[in-house]
Amino acid sequence: MGGQQQKKYERGSATNYITRNKARKKLSLSLADFRRLCILKGIYPHEPKHKKKVNKGSTAPRTFYLLKDIRFLLHEPIVGKFREYKIFVRKLRKAYGKGEWAGVQRLRENKPSYKLDHVVKERYPTFIDAIRDMDDALSMCFLFSTFARTGKCHVQTIQLCRRLCVEWMNYVIASRSLRKVFLSIKGIYYQADVLGQLVTWLVPYQFAHNHPTDVDYRVMATFTEFYTTLLGFINFRLYHSINLAYPPKVKHGPDVHSTDMCVVSPHFYSQKLSALSATLSRVISAPEDEDAELDHFPAEGEDAEALQVREKQQKGLDAQKRLFEGLKFFLSREVPREPLAFVIRCFGGQVSWDQSLCMGSTYNATDETITHQVVDRPNVDKKYINRYYVQPQWVFDCVNGKMLLPVEDYFPGVTLPPHLSPFMEEKDGDYVPPEKLKLMALQRGEKPGEIKFVLLIQRSTSAVSVMVTPGKVKAENKMRLEYEEKAEEKHLAIMMMKKKEKYLYDKIMFGKRRTVREANKLAAKRKAHDETLKANKKKKGKKD
Amino acid sequence: MIVEASSPTIRQHGSSRVMVPGMEHLLRPARHFLSDGSFSVQYPVGYTVFSPRLTLPLSRVMNSQACAFRLSTFHLYFLKSLSEDIRNTVGNVPMEWYQDYPHIGYDLEGKKIFKPIRNKDELDEFLDKMENPDYWRTVHDKMTSTDIRLTDEQISLVHRLQSGQFGDVNFNEYEPYIDFFSGETMIHPVTNRPQDKRSFIPSLIEKEKVSKMVHAIKMGWIKPRKPKESDLQFYDLWAKEDPNAILGRHKMHVPAPKMKLPGHEESYNPPPEYLLTEEERLAWEQQDPEDRKLSFLPQKFSCLRSVPAYSRFIHERFERCLDLYLCPRQRKMRVNVDPEDLIPKLPKPRDLQPFPTIQSLIYRGHSSLVRCISLSPSGQWLASGSDDCTVRLWEVSTGRCMKTVEVGGAVRSIVWNPNPAICLVAVLVLLNPYLADKLVYNATDQLIASYVEPEEERPQPVQWQVPEIEDSDKGFRLIITHPKSVKQVTWHSKGDYLASVLSDNSNMQVLIHQVSKRRSQNPFRKNKGLVQCVSFHPIRPYFFVASQRCVRVYNLIKQELMKKLMANCKWISSMAIHPGGDNVICGSYDSRLSWFDLDLSTKPYKVLRHHKKALRGVAFHKNYPLFASGSDDGSVIVCHGMVYNDLLQNPLIVPVKVLKGHTLTHNLGVLDVAFHPTQPWVFSSGADATIRLFT
Repeated sequence: MGGQQQKKYERGSATNYITRNKARKKLSLSLADFRRLCILKGIYPHEPKHKKKVNKGSTAPRTFYLLKDIRFLLHEPIVGKFREYKIFVRKLRKAYGKGEWAGVQRLRENKPSYKLDHVVKERYPTFIDAIRDMDDALSMCFLFSTFARTGKCHVQTIQLCRRLCVEWMNYVIASRSLRKVFLSIKGIYYQADVLGQLVTWLVPYQFAHNHPTDVDYRVMATFTEFYTTLLGFINFRLYHSINLAYPPKVKHGPDVHSTDMCVVSPHFYSQKLSALSATLSRVISAPEDEDAELDHFPAEGEDAEALQVREKQQKGLDAQKRLFEGLKFFLSREVPREPLAFVIRCFGGQVSWDQSLCMGSTYNATDETITHQVVDRPNVDKKYINRYYVQPQWVFDCVNGKMLLPVEDYFPGVTLPPHLSPFMEEKDGDYVPPEKLKLMALQRGEKPGEIKFVLLIQRSTSAVSVMVTPGKVKAENKMRLEYEEKAEEKHLAIMMMKKKEKYLYDKIMFGKRRTVREANKLAAKRKAHDETLKANKKKKGKKD
Repeated sequence: MIVEASSPTIRQHGSSRVMVPGMEHLLRPARHFLSDGSFSVQYPVGYTVFSPRLTLPLSRVMNSQACAFRLSTFHLYFLKSLSEDIRNTVGNVPMEWYQDYPHIGYDLEGKKIFKPIRNKDELDEFLDKMENPDYWRTVHDKMTSTDIRLTDEQISLVHRLQSGQFGDVNFNEYEPYIDFFSGETMIHPVTNRPQDKRSFIPSLIEKEKVSKMVHAIKMGWIKPRKPKESDLQFYDLWAKEDPNAILGRHKMHVPAPKMKLPGHEESYNPPPEYLLTEEERLAWEQQDPEDRKLSFLPQKFSCLRSVPAYSRFIHERFERCLDLYLCPRQRKMRVNVDPEDLIPKLPKPRDLQPFPTIQSLIYRGHSSLVRCISLSPSGQWLASGSDDCTVRLWEVSTGRCMKTVEVGGAVRSIVWNPNPAICLVAVLVLLNPYLADKLVYNATDQLIASYVEPEEERPQPVQWQVPEIEDSDKGFRLIITHPKSVKQVTWHSKGDYLASVLSDNSNMQVLIHQVSKRRSQNPFRKNKGLVQCVSFHPIRPYFFVASQRCVRVYNLIKQELMKKLMANCKWISSMAIHPGGDNVICGSYDSRLSWFDLDLSTKPYKVLRHHKKALRGVAFHKNYPLFASGSDDGSVIVCHGMVYNDLLQNPLIVPVKVLKGHTLTHNLGVLDVAFHPTQPWVFSSGADATIRLFT
């Protein structure tokens, strides 16, 4: 019957997507510029549901962008700047070739530059959105701030990254929002709770980087360009949200001569900040204890029990924030100063270090009021009686355990207990290492000695004595029978499942069984390890 | 020749080559000693030492700083030539060459210069050193091997040169400098050349340039320089944040997933169980980096101090960057289902009792596979046929074998006549098992004997025989000899008709026999696939024929095909009809059981895949809503299959019990199942030569 024949691929999903090359041509940008634009604007390829339909019947592998995204890029002012920059480079090259040095000078003065403020606002319409997406920005900035001036990126970028990182760390200290720390083999993971969002970032250990050759630093630099802008705005807003001056200013203590501080150079100032030992000055000087008692309103549909639980959590959180309050730490020169100072200050402790190590130390090693000295060498020459000498792991484990752990396990030269990841939340069925169980018992307020005692009693009763006893009538185990009956019922019901559901069910059960298998494997490994340890101990004891 | 003294710059004519002081010796000048005691320096052709200002006598050249560096090397010649006119002409050759000769060289006239007669030895030297007051100012000339005593003037010259002063005492090195091109404006021009005209006329070119610029400014081509944008300025970007101002594109926005948080194994000091063993480590190394579950090797360090830098840190961050801007993103709905919710809610088997639950009797006696079993309508007797060519008759309640009848071959099928008034078992022969009231079996015998030969013999596809006397003593009553081997036998519910399936590929696969008239007929004219089994409808004149993939239902009165049930399986093995007659179950060799509701559709209402291996036998219970299936996996599964009278309600099918007991022999488990006609009991015969009763 009449009507025009519908052409294929002119409606539906085929028109919603555009291939990368077409998009590039539409924007008339080079591939490198297109990539830069995508990075800055946060445009990423989409995977269409029906790839073949979108690909106009072909099955060749292609990346697709949303046509809407590309249209949206068309109106981006940065695209114009890219073109300007291209022209600038061309002019500059020409001027160099002709040896017109005055022209070169003039061109350089008029180098086109662009700002990313509007892009940040566009990508993160609300502040919470920005905080939610901070993880990568922080990790990247912390990485760049550790780069040496090797020409892998601009020195200004490195300095800016360092500045932003120091500002961020100072904010975390001031707001006491750090929650978890983890020493991994890759670096140190931190997790902070900022305005109810968990922000996790990774800081590499302080070593010179071995720059790989197969990494495109231009891509990383473009990301950093955006991230530094983002971080700057976030820092500004965060500082203002807790009444701190931005750019941060160090509060002058009464003991510091204010005349000295008046004439400090900016470099000195940034160093002072990065020492992380100074308190920041506030815009409005607030009273010291500003945590007013908040009234608790039960949320809708929340009963008294849930309210209690919440209150308890809040209490625990407050206690954690004041974990190191009243403690005075001294860092030896072999421990990583910055992470430790950061963590200790985040939980209200006082910290200092050798004056020659870094500026900003507030007291000497000879101070009698020091309670803990963090040491990472097998033995210490000169020991003070009234302080504990602990290894750095103690500080991190205390933070993760939300309590001051016994220091005995962390004395210098002692084999350290394993350092557990605070990010693992074991569900039932997962493997829980025994150290974690011990920690949980400690948190509940049980003493480790009690557990051992119980175990010992069990062992003494479990000794089997050889005896002949009269046979007994085997009583039917009701529980067991019931269990068996239930299992059979389930088995029969599974028989009646539909094919599709059965497939899904089998898949889920396969995954479950795999986790169980892995947990069992870990448990078996641990058991074997403990047994060999015990055997070794026995052997040693016998030899002695 | 012009010799320049104060400026040591030597310039080559015609080029801009510049020499620095101290380079002159590289030019290898030839020296010429002149008669007045001075010498000239001649440089190679093309080089002249020139000065724009002054010329000096050669003796001053000697004393100049420019030549001082050479003086140490040839001052001896010079001094010599001043005092004596003897000069060794051998040149700059090692004097050791003249060790063995009496002479030491030649003078200017070519005469030999002889060595002094007595050479000084070390002792002489020492004595000389001790005694001679002028020893310190004596210099040995190797060329002439004479000692020269330096005069006071010469010594003072040497002193001056050593201290870096000019050789000539009278030379004034601080003479006033004549500045030629001074900054002072002089009254008179340096040259006499008249000034150019262009020097006092405004330049045309400049005017042109300026006018161009003016034009450009007028046209707005040249703009005043923009004020330089200051560096990064941060401000409150989200001062006016509007949560509703989400751009249109954000509807499709997929936020980047966060990085995975590290587990215990990433710790610098993990619990020992997270470290890889040697084999695991090797396996890890051999895997492709993409396939690895962990991207790093867990390691343990005794203290934080010994933790090294992570070598792949920048790599990993870079990969994350690539993921962020190159990875296609797609929303995937993760199935978040509790597996318990997937299990259908069925009525509890306990509520569906009675059904057989436990194995209570085993009937042993056969020596080979028990292929088939059948129960008498009263439920007192059980007949079984086996591959050991016997038919055994058992008492159900005791398990006693009442009778064993030898049949000529393996028994594939055995059926008890459903009419309670007739005591007959159909094997291939009709057998009176003598297991009943005498009244009944006598009546049966009479019934068979009452056959009257028809007047007109009709051609029959099979042969009906009355057995011999010995055979009839054993119980045989009628023998129907088929042209091919018989697969299955089944009775009509009235007990007069009998259908048998032949393993034949022609159209004569199914035969229907009438016992009372001893008549047989082939109902099908055409071969429609390999017939597996046949069955009579319990109430209506319907006939079910199961071929490999479908079941055909024929109306025997109208003699037409009524329905074709598609079983959705590869090969039907067995079939059973519900006593109500509206439901059929089919077991198949691909381990499926299909339930057909004839009123509903020709496709299975339900397909059960509860057996793990091929099904061999299925059966319905006569009174209870039960059906059972036996399979090669050795189990019998009893299901509750309730059929409602209400047409709107679908049958309820619930598996209630898995009965196990048979052992697998030759990969065969249960071969046949049968229900007791009155009790909820099920019998199963297996390949392990037993029959089991589950109650």
